[in-house]
Amino acid sequence: MLDNLSLLIQAPLLNIQLLLDGLLIGAIFALAAYGLALVWGVMNVKNLAQGDFVIMGGYIATSFAQHDIHPFFALPAAIVLMFGFGWLCYVSIIRRVIGRDIFVSLLATFGLALVLQQALNLIFGSDVQTADAGFKTRFFFGGQVTVADTKFIALVLAGVLAACVVLFMKKSRMGKAIRATAQDARAARVLGVNTDQVYAFTFALNSAICGAAGVLVAMIWVIQPYYGIVHSIRSFIIVVLAGLGNLPGVIFGALFLGSAEQFSSFIFGAEFQVASVVCILVLVLIYRQVQSARHRQVVE
Amino acid sequence: MKPSVIALYVGIVLAGIAAPLVIPNYTFQIAVLWMMILFALTWDIMGGQMGYNSLGNIFFFGAGMYISAVVQVAQFAPVGEYTAAFGAYQVEFTDAQYYTGLALGIVAAGIGAIFCAVILGACVFGLRGPYFAIGTLGLALAAAELVGGWEWVGGGGGISMPVFPGDPDVRSKLFYYIVFVLAITTFGFLRWLYTTRFGLAINAIRDNESKAEAMGLHTKRYKTAAWSIAAFFLGMVGAVFGNMVGFIEPLEVAFPTVTFGIFMVAMSLLGGKGTLWGPVLGATLFHVIKELTWTYLLGWQWVALGALIVVNVVFFQQGILGWAMDRWPEKFGIVVEPAHGEGRAVGAQEAAR
Repeated sequence: MLDNLSLLIQAPLLNIQLLLDGLLIGAIFALAAYGLALVWGVMNVKNLAQGDFVIMGGYIATSFAQHDIHPFFALPAAIVLMFGFGWLCYVSIIRRVIGRDIFVSLLATFGLALVLQQALNLIFGSDVQTADAGFKTRFFFGGQVTVADTKFIALVLAGVLAACVVLFMKKSRMGKAIRATAQDARAARVLGVNTDQVYAFTFALNSAICGAAGVLVAMIWVIQPYYGIVHSIRSFIIVVLAGLGNLPGVIFGALFLGSAEQFSSFIFGAEFQVASVVCILVLVLIYRQVQSARHRQVVE
Repeated sequence: MKPSVIALYVGIVLAGIAAPLVIPNYTFQIAVLWMMILFALTWDIMGGQMGYNSLGNIFFFGAGMYISAVVQVAQFAPVGEYTAAFGAYQVEFTDAQYYTGLALGIVAAGIGAIFCAVILGACVFGLRGPYFAIGTLGLALAAAELVGGWEWVGGGGGISMPVFPGDPDVRSKLFYYIVFVLAITTFGFLRWLYTTRFGLAINAIRDNESKAEAMGLHTKRYKTAAWSIAAFFLGMVGAVFGNMVGFIEPLEVAFPTVTFGIFMVAMSLLGGKGTLWGPVLGATLFHVIKELTWTYLLGWQWVALGALIVVNVVFFQQGILGWAMDRWPEKFGIVVEPAHGEGRAVGAQEAAR
């Protein structure tokens, strides 16, 4: 551990490598986290199946790659398919947990996550898979820093997707309806917004965003049926860190998490990557707790 | 107590004692059933009676298992060398040494789990609602990963427990009866606990924590105590289960968050949370369903169980006992006053005990 630390200090280029990797991965985390923040903010459902939606999108990409179709084409396919799947989930499960005890939504989506994870395991097997996009790798600083082209492309795609979603939320009629429902569902209903439809659309949109993120994850990283829960936890960390309705916060949180993960898995060893994600979650929650305790003091 | 209730208790205890003698092939399965009942009961202290839905109670199960393993191994061999050899390390001990080691291990597991609960409680009890659930889930997942990277306790490769010195038949019966006694003790203890002031206090925390605090309850102390009780029993049963299986490893045996960890929640909800008998009923039913899906839906068993959890949570949230209370309130001593129009379930909590 100390050896790795001193290595980082002696070879500053390594820092750049880790930081770049972290930021490029973090951009994709931001997508899934934004979806979670959306569902959380609009319908107060904490979706623990978030990561499994991501992994589902990833498997769409790997299936495309296995049939010799470039994984790029999986992106629109994943968006459409996952949108439909999200709608289905809403109609069958989520609709019935909105407005119920907060724990119910958590547990219902956890059960959903369990079903998805095991179903994926049965269909695709538990091997680690990736969708090879077949791009070159670029070398910087005389080969000491390497960045695969796919990662840049994934970053650009993530940016474009995020911009589309933000534009959609700001400009379109449905986007406005979603924001109105998030602010006050009852008032929105009074003003003629079909909130049930808005909820369904929001959840479907979230799962489409996750599906797209999953395609990107499969292109630049690896997927496996059981990785879903870690992705869910990442989304939670980012949203808890940023707070609801804070888009810049989500982006910064995601980039921070991505690089923190890279650094900690380099310093402590790759086998501690998941552990470091979960430890960051616990730390973030404790930080929030301290914050809310201070808030209570002020109120008193 | 009514004679019928006494008869029920005596019947259950007798059935528990007789089970491994009558159907010896199922001893392990029935031991797991008692363990499931203990899981559901201990989860319900926090989740049902106190309104703190923890998804990470399985942490104490695994912690107890590892504490007892270390205590038992440390008697005969240096732990680091023992685990590094992955079971190839030969240890010599007499029967008496084995049993003292086991007893010490179980006690240490219970006490160690209480320590963990007090320390972790200080970290997470400020979290409320969904944050508490996610935070505890994070704790359990983190523990599995951290123990998996800790070479001294065997890392991901696990520890093989000291081998039982006697006959395999005696072994399975011995562990069965320990789990059985633990489950019965837990039930009896909680039955008493829920009738005391402590029971009322944790119910008050569930109903409105801020008001309970304003009424002068030291909510933090009650929360820590409630979690410690759950941890104590979970730690001990974890120690026993580790010995019963004979080999422990972090992800599947000690900290199985997505299986046992979520089952204990599902079982309490299935039976009806916040009641004494609900978790027992739920655990029994769940275990039977689990074994049936294992037999008839092999391969898809986890999918079926996940679906059961979803259906349970979404469509049948009140659980079996909750539903029965709605259906036949008079059987539970709930008096519905017709004069006020709306029925007030005054006696619901008392009746549930």
